Amino acid sequence: MLGRLTIEAIPLYSWVAMGGAAVTVCGGLAVFLLITYLRAWKVLWTDWLTSVDHKKIGIMYVVLALVMLVRGFVDALMMRAQQAIALNSEGYLPPEHFEQIFSSHGTIMIFFVAMPFLTGLINIIVPQQIGARDVAFPFLNSVSLWLTAAGAGLVLVSLVVGKFSTAGWTGYPPYSGVEFSPGVGVDYWLWALIVSGVGSTASGINFIVTIVKNRCPGMTYMRMPLFTWTALCISVLIAFAFPALTVVAAQLTLDRTLGFHFFTNGDGGNMMLFANLIWIWGHPEVYILILPAFGIFSEVVATFSRKRLFGYKSLVYATACIAILSFTVWLHHFFTMGSSANVNAVFGIATMIIAVPTGVKIFDWMFTMYRGRIEFHPSMVYTIGFMVTFVIGGVTGVLLALPPADYLMHNSTFLVAHFHNMLIPGALFGYFAGLNYWFPKAFGFKLDAKWGIRSFWFWFIGFYLAFMPLYVLGFMGMSRRMEHYADPNWQPYLIVAALGALCILCGIICIGVQLYVSAKNWGSARDVTGDPWNGRTLDWATSSPPAPYNFAVLPEVRDVDAFHDMKIHGTAYRPPAHYEDIVMPRKSGLGPVIGAMAFVLGFAFVWYIWWLVALSLVLILICIGIRACDDDTDFVMPAAEVARIEAAHLAQITPVDMHDMRDFEPRGAASGTPLAGRA
Amino acid sequence: MSETTMNEDLLEHEERKSLESREFGFWVYLMTDAIIFALLFASYVVLSKNSAAGPTSKDVFDLSHTAGETALLLFSSLTFGLATIAMSLGQTGRVVQWLFVTLALGLGFLAMEMIEFSGMIGQGAGPETSGFLSAFFTLVGTHGLHVAFGVIGICVMIGQVLVKGLTIPVRSRLFRLGLFWHFLDIVWIGIFSVVYLPGVM
Amino acid sequence: MTIPRSILKNSNHFWMAGLLGVCLLLQGCGVSDAPILSPKGPVALAERNLLFTAFAVMMIVAIPAIVLTLYFVWRYRRDGGKGAYTPDWDSSWKIESVVWLVPAAIIVVLGTLVWQSTHRLDPYKELVSDKPVFRVQAVALDWKWLFLYPELGVASVNELAFPADRPLSIEITSDTVMNSLMIPALGGQIYAMAGMRSELNLLADEPGVFMGRNTMYSGDGFADQHFKAHALSGDGFSSWKDKVAEETAKLDAETYLQLHKQSTANPVTYYSAYETDLFNLILRKYSPIVGPYESKAAELICRGAA
Repeated sequence: MLGRLTIEAIPLYSWVAMGGAAVTVCGGLAVFLLITYLRAWKVLWTDWLTSVDHKKIGIMYVVLALVMLVRGFVDALMMRAQQAIALNSEGYLPPEHFEQIFSSHGTIMIFFVAMPFLTGLINIIVPQQIGARDVAFPFLNSVSLWLTAAGAGLVLVSLVVGKFSTAGWTGYPPYSGVEFSPGVGVDYWLWALIVSGVGSTASGINFIVTIVKNRCPGMTYMRMPLFTWTALCISVLIAFAFPALTVVAAQLTLDRTLGFHFFTNGDGGNMMLFANLIWIWGHPEVYILILPAFGIFSEVVATFSRKRLFGYKSLVYATACIAILSFTVWLHHFFTMGSSANVNAVFGIATMIIAVPTGVKIFDWMFTMYRGRIEFHPSMVYTIGFMVTFVIGGVTGVLLALPPADYLMHNSTFLVAHFHNMLIPGALFGYFAGLNYWFPKAFGFKLDAKWGIRSFWFWFIGFYLAFMPLYVLGFMGMSRRMEHYADPNWQPYLIVAALGALCILCGIICIGVQLYVSAKNWGSARDVTGDPWNGRTLDWATSSPPAPYNFAVLPEVRDVDAFHDMKIHGTAYRPPAHYEDIVMPRKSGLGPVIGAMAFVLGFAFVWYIWWLVALSLVLILICIGIRACDDDTDFVMPAAEVARIEAAHLAQITPVDMHDMRDFEPRGAASGTPLAGRA
Repeated sequence: MSETTMNEDLLEHEERKSLESREFGFWVYLMTDAIIFALLFASYVVLSKNSAAGPTSKDVFDLSHTAGETALLLFSSLTFGLATIAMSLGQTGRVVQWLFVTLALGLGFLAMEMIEFSGMIGQGAGPETSGFLSAFFTLVGTHGLHVAFGVIGICVMIGQVLVKGLTIPVRSRLFRLGLFWHFLDIVWIGIFSVVYLPGVM
Repeated sequence: MTIPRSILKNSNHFWMAGLLGVCLLLQGCGVSDAPILSPKGPVALAERNLLFTAFAVMMIVAIPAIVLTLYFVWRYRRDGGKGAYTPDWDSSWKIESVVWLVPAAIIVVLGTLVWQSTHRLDPYKELVSDKPVFRVQAVALDWKWLFLYPELGVASVNELAFPADRPLSIEITSDTVMNSLMIPALGGQIYAMAGMRSELNLLADEPGVFMGRNTMYSGDGFADQHFKAHALSGDGFSSWKDKVAEETAKLDAETYLQLHKQSTANPVTYYSAYETDLFNLILRKYSPIVGPYESKAAELICRGAA
């Protein structure tokens, strides 16, 4: 009846694991009680969970990412604490627990922090940047969100019921095979990947179609904002790369569940096939995480340098180059597998070539700042911190691209330091910049800049403290994923790294405080114009938060900096002669239902509860069938209603609030204050 | 009353736009599916000689049986094409007729594949025997699963054509299902020439 | 804290020694004997020098990038910055050419370096020496390393010994999950995979004891899966040989099956003899075609785990 699920699945074996389970359960319970106490279930269901509005879906993605960031960071903190004390001792974590932690840390940070964060930001912003009313497939968008949430749910549940994988976030077989990892851990990992991977693939398709088909008049490809360009490139990468993840995860699942022999030792299995397949997905994935951040930096650096983006075309071509090249380098993740010198050299050189367009981007941002008027808004400060730090990561990356050097550094903490050096400044700083930059767009009020700057400094310093020692430890011969060690020379560095993690903890707390303080003082930081930073792209032409339809009248674009151009020519904030009816997608409960069923499906598969597998599968198919027969998915918002909303928005704006870039004069101390234009 | 007609015009206009997006999106989806198959093909090629202690491809493949499957699937593609032509002529009855023929051919293909699989499993050549057979069952089985979903899709579309007639959205769905069905045909030709032909040679 | 002699000896890389000196000052104790920065063999030295060369070449781009970024931030800051302001300036062929071509040129240089060095430092390539190669076979087990010495007919667990003046050629496989064998002071690593044979060629400058380990996470006992590699002088090696030859334990098929069981922090063990052709039997255990077994031992090893 319950497959292999028994009472032993409750983690009573260690107090640390029990504590983790208790925190998870209490956290869930607290949220449940809070919502009940606020009587918010109905609002939550009708306004949020069933919404197909890209802005709300985007916000829910980002909330998911922030929650999972905390969870993934607790793992990091526990690892650093363990390694700081585990000189010739067991520390406080037994190996099996330590292994679960580093596996879940990687899995969570990649799949359930970075992916939803970037998908959320793209969701909120891209339709607005291209002058669209919604994404191409609003319902599919909702399904994608709930599949991602279902995957995250599986990872969270593994903390309470059963165990998580101990095979690391890439889960190399044969270790992750059933012979060496017989429990449910690897299955949780696999199903979390499969379920959320399908959601990501759907997102990728959705955004390709949105950007290709839904651009407003005049928005040619070479007028699209850089963030939209990066979103298009990564959507293509997702559509090409995520099928590889689905295939490799399905194959490993078949190996584990039905005794297939794709990757087993012997019986005709081949583990090298796994390494190839997972990195055919895995390397493009790195760029899927980083390119949107590059897009954000491009927007931020132009806005807060008060200048046109330098080398727009260069940046576009560089982005496209990176996207294409990212499929040609996967083998550099296993130079040490014994390929011939020719193969290793070719992939080494291909890897280095990526450094060229990446370097070009850094220089283009630099020359955007050149002869600008730089304002130190938190998002700009994150951008500057990124530019300085990312160069170091790029250098160590090129070092690892030299096969003979990689023979020395592979599997060491140097490698760990390198990819954190790429992903923390290169991806996370970008998302934080985006959070600070676009928060007023999503919520209608600005984030507190002081706490934003504080969080930056903690993250920045914490990053250096936590990862520079790991570079050194790599030179000292320390391998990654060590639960304890015997070399006393390593300990001082690991203690510094642990302090770095504590520093980053302060950074995360600062973000929490920032959100709290800003929400408390929202009235005094309201953004009435929809353009709090004197922005340049179309996303600033809508109100903050935007009306459900974004644009009452689809704009005409004449320049890369479309909204800047409108402000200069005085066409911004002008009501049209008349409004027209607007067709809007209806909300749908099928999205969350499909997500919930996908969660049940994954859970049932993990525990071999076959009847539940069948049931959830049938229910999912029925949901899809219902949707496939539904011809009534849209409704019409009448012109009068549109006129009312627009009039209310325009009435709030006084000429003083409007920006005009031509008359820029440096004034005002606080970076967040809008600059008064020629009134 | 005039307001409702206006709304309907607007809705229809938006619907056409949205269906256009759907068709483009469906092509992109087929591309992702093509990548799945490409990687399954690659896995098969890597593992095809790894028959361990189990039977080799020469022992288990029966080309005449495969030829039968191929014929069924190719004919089903043809009949789906005829359904599409009937649809463009607006002949609802003909569309349903040809869809039923396609359905029958598709079910026939699935039945033959089932017979093949159960025969192989019966003679000790199941997917858990060797890397070669794992890759074989996964590749061919994934294709079969797609055909099964296509068959379900055909059932749903027969129902929609009968109930709703050839409305714009129904035509669009039928068109997309057709793309899917022809795509599976192409994949099958790949399977025939990468798996079965070299397997017996 | 001293700068290792081997670095100063190499005058070509004197400036690198300077760089290293700065690193040493910055990083404090412990780094001076970091195996990767102060290698004890020509392979590791060449690999490290490649690391340093590439690092230095990249500084041509990296240093301007960091310095200019900070300088521009300072000069063009809104409040108090002294720079000019050109809000509509957004392209320059000169700058674009430089930022595309200079990194590209550097990559051409580094790419050439990659091509040459990858071939020169191919771990499969036997090292040229006037002395004959000393061959060892290494088997990764959970969680220990087994070393077989075909020349001597003996075996050891979690200890590797070889004559310091002869090139060392290690044949590697695994009788468990994927592992990776590395002796950082002597050179890079290579994976050990069941049913597959990989190879590592190393050489020590002089007698010494070096840390070696599995670098590829392989389960609960992973942290303790390390060993000492002894590069011994002529006398030292013959006395090690005698010590092992006197050992009563022999690694026959049944003892191997015992050894194959999972164990953590296995003590150093010696065997005065091992099953004939043991390495190939372990390889054969996972090979696709299984025929009739030629001996009882072969059957035990190939089917023992099943």
